[in-house]
Amino acid sequence: MLGEQIIKGLAVTAKNFFGSYVSKERLTTVQYPEERLVPQENTRQFPFLVYDGDDAEKGLRCVACQICEKECPPKCIYIVKSKDRKPDYKGQPQLYPVIFDIDISVCMSCSICVEVCPFESIKMDTDFELSNANRFEALLLHKNDLAKPNSHYQKVHPQDAQDSDAVIAGEKAKAAAKAKAAAEAAEAAKAKAAAAPAPAAAATPVVPTPPATTPRNQA
Amino acid sequence: MSLSLIILAFVTLLAASAAMSLRNLVHCALALAVTFAGLAALYLNLDAQFVGFAQILVYVGAVAILIVFAILLTRSGDTPNEAVLAPGWISGIAISAGVFTVLGWAVLNSKALPSSGTLSLAPAATVKDIGKVLMEQYVLPLEVIGLLLTAAMIGAVVIALKEPSKSSSSRGDEAQIKKTEQVEPSHVGSYVGEKKGAA
Amino acid sequence: MADKIDQIFVTLKALLLGYVPEALQPLVSGLLSVLLVLSVFPGIFALVTVIERKGLGRIQNRLGPNRVGIPFTKIRLCGFGQFIPDGIKSLTKEDVVPRAADKVVHYLAPIVMLVPVLLAYAVLPFGRHMTIADFDAGLLFFFAVGGAVEVSVFMAGWSSRNKYSLLGAMRAIAQMISYEIPLILSAVTVVMIVGSLNLSEIVQQQNAYTHGLAHWFVFTPWGLVGFLLFFIASLAESNRCPFDLPEAESEIIAGYFTEYSGFKFALFFLGEYLGMFAIIGLGITLFLGGWTSPLAALTWIPSYVWFFGKLAAIVFVFIWIRGTLPRLRMDQLMNLAWKFMLPLALINIVVAAIWHFMAVDWPRWLVCSALIFGAYVVLGRGLMKHQKLGKRTYRFAE
Ligand code: SF4
Ligand code: SF4
Repeated sequence: MLGEQIIKGLAVTAKNFFGSYVSKERLTTVQYPEERLVPQENTRQFPFLVYDGDDAEKGLRCVACQICEKECPPKCIYIVKSKDRKPDYKGQPQLYPVIFDIDISVCMSCSICVEVCPFESIKMDTDFELSNANRFEALLLHKNDLAKPNSHYQKVHPQDAQDSDAVIAGEKAKAAAKAKAAAEAAEAAKAKAAAAPAPAAAATPVVPTPPATTPRNQA
Repeated sequence: MSLSLIILAFVTLLAASAAMSLRNLVHCALALAVTFAGLAALYLNLDAQFVGFAQILVYVGAVAILIVFAILLTRSGDTPNEAVLAPGWISGIAISAGVFTVLGWAVLNSKALPSSGTLSLAPAATVKDIGKVLMEQYVLPLEVIGLLLTAAMIGAVVIALKEPSKSSSSRGDEAQIKKTEQVEPSHVGSYVGEKKGAA
Repeated sequence: MADKIDQIFVTLKALLLGYVPEALQPLVSGLLSVLLVLSVFPGIFALVTVIERKGLGRIQNRLGPNRVGIPFTKIRLCGFGQFIPDGIKSLTKEDVVPRAADKVVHYLAPIVMLVPVLLAYAVLPFGRHMTIADFDAGLLFFFAVGGAVEVSVFMAGWSSRNKYSLLGAMRAIAQMISYEIPLILSAVTVVMIVGSLNLSEIVQQQNAYTHGLAHWFVFTPWGLVGFLLFFIASLAESNRCPFDLPEAESEIIAGYFTEYSGFKFALFFLGEYLGMFAIIGLGITLFLGGWTSPLAALTWIPSYVWFFGKLAAIVFVFIWIRGTLPRLRMDQLMNLAWKFMLPLALINIVVAAIWHFMAVDWPRWLVCSALIFGAYVVLGRGLMKHQKLGKRTYRFAE
């Protein structure tokens, strides 16, 4: 009969109305500044730059290769390469970014920069309370704002950080092994050609640094 | 002649002349609505509550809206460029004068008016009295008017009915809605035209 | 004592009037009443906007606004202070008038909207001896000024020179005219039984008790149907969900007041809500006994408390319905008005006449109820015949 379903609908909404006062489970709202939800493991907001150790300048993993700058879809990354080089975690002398800016008013949190970076140096942060009275300068993050220690990464994305640390450890081990092999080869060559006045082992550009001395807090 | 009467009469006459002389037809219709409201106020001023309220209900609430709808549905919102006076304005004045004479004659010869020229207080006619008179003394004219209006309404329905198409009656409703909404393109068109003209 | 509290406003006004000279008394009395209406009902409007948002929130299992309380303090009042920032916002916003708009008409429309709505309050009896203008033809006055709202809607829609505004205005006027007929016809039954258009008289007739139960018209078969028809029609007249096509946000932005901003927008909003309260007040007066109490045992509660309590209850039902029903389509809207409500209202008039002329006994209950129920079932069937109700099937998106 006409109107039956209307009564049923009214009953449903009435149940919701009164139920929301009785049972807290019905309400999905979280009273944000006072209560907070635990962020999900995979939550991501804006990128940050990872550095090892406690010196942001020295430990910055970024080598200013500018891949992320090129790949970023809205082009919100701006990098200026350095003229000089500094040793990276493997000890190889590398370039580093003099300027590394991300305009987070443009960034769309796509995480493509993270995907393309070959050096595990740019990662997604979970900080979302970035609102500001100044919508131009304050939302343009510079290198010192972006640089955060690896421990921070381990805190916000434990799983990913572990993987990334494993990759770096593997690379480092590989580099060490290679350096060792090269050193041994050089030794052998030196021993072999002890008599012959050959040019010194110029083939090893690497300045091997023992891994143990690298200041890193591995998980 | 009280002050309120003068003010009301002035407003009513002003609105009536505006309704005749404004260029934009919709403005004319709105001015006509003001005229109706002024008339209603005049009735109220004479303590004829029922007539006053009925005037507002029927004329401002329904007739004015009807006129406005008719304007919107039949022509675009353009303001015409011709002179305000239509070519047949002399015959128009003659006809209205004729109507006025007939009405005036009817009123002056009505039995309801006090025969001697003295103005007496209006009889305190409640709605109940009016209803009683309508239902007893004037029941035949009332019924005839009712019949006439019903016939007119049925006629309107017959005209508005679409030729019976093959599908169900719901089609007719849709067509009707489309008809109502057709006003919109012409209106917008006129707006664009105006803008072009301005540029 | 109860009588004194009941008449407190009347005595207060008489006391105040005692201080002004005789000649000015009618003027001052009118001004006092106008001031009261102008302060009480917009106040209720402010509260209802918050209650509506909170209620809708609860219906959807949300909290609704609950932050703003008393300004500059930490007291939150469950968010009931929300209307203060809302009001400040709408008052301080820029008043944008479209360049192509018809300036004068555009400017006048909100005023033409608000004035008749406020006038309508003149005839409502808010309590015992609390009617501002006790017209002999009060009911007619109410409907007459209500008709003027249509003009304002047209003015707003047409003068904005916006297709959405015009569409909204057309929809609104078509809807208001269609639903005015069942609205008036359902009120006619009450006039037939009472024999007067005077609203105080109508309330007075309901102010009697048998077995401790009031003689409200809603407790009779014709009154119940009349009330339901009136209720539905008043939902439509005040453009409330499910009849909110004239301002369907998802289709035509805000309908006829799309091109209004700032204070004028607020005026339309206010006018809409005040119109809603007025029409609810009329419904209460006609069918729910106005300011009378439902039980003889409860007559000690002041009359205005009853009136505003009933008003609050019906406003709540309006909100409840808004939280429940989806918006109707234009043809459904018209079908409901012309094919269901109008015939039912006409039948209801006949039933009321039968009720009036049959002896006061149980057979008239039986006859009237049977007639109305039969009409309801038949008309309901007719309305749903071509509706193809059932599970929705999709042609492409499956
Ligand atoms: S997250 Fe996407 S948009 Fe943001 S900086 Fe990285 S690549 Fe650019
Ligand atoms: S963040 Fe990664 S991809 Fe971007 S410049 Fe630095 S090393 Fe290259």
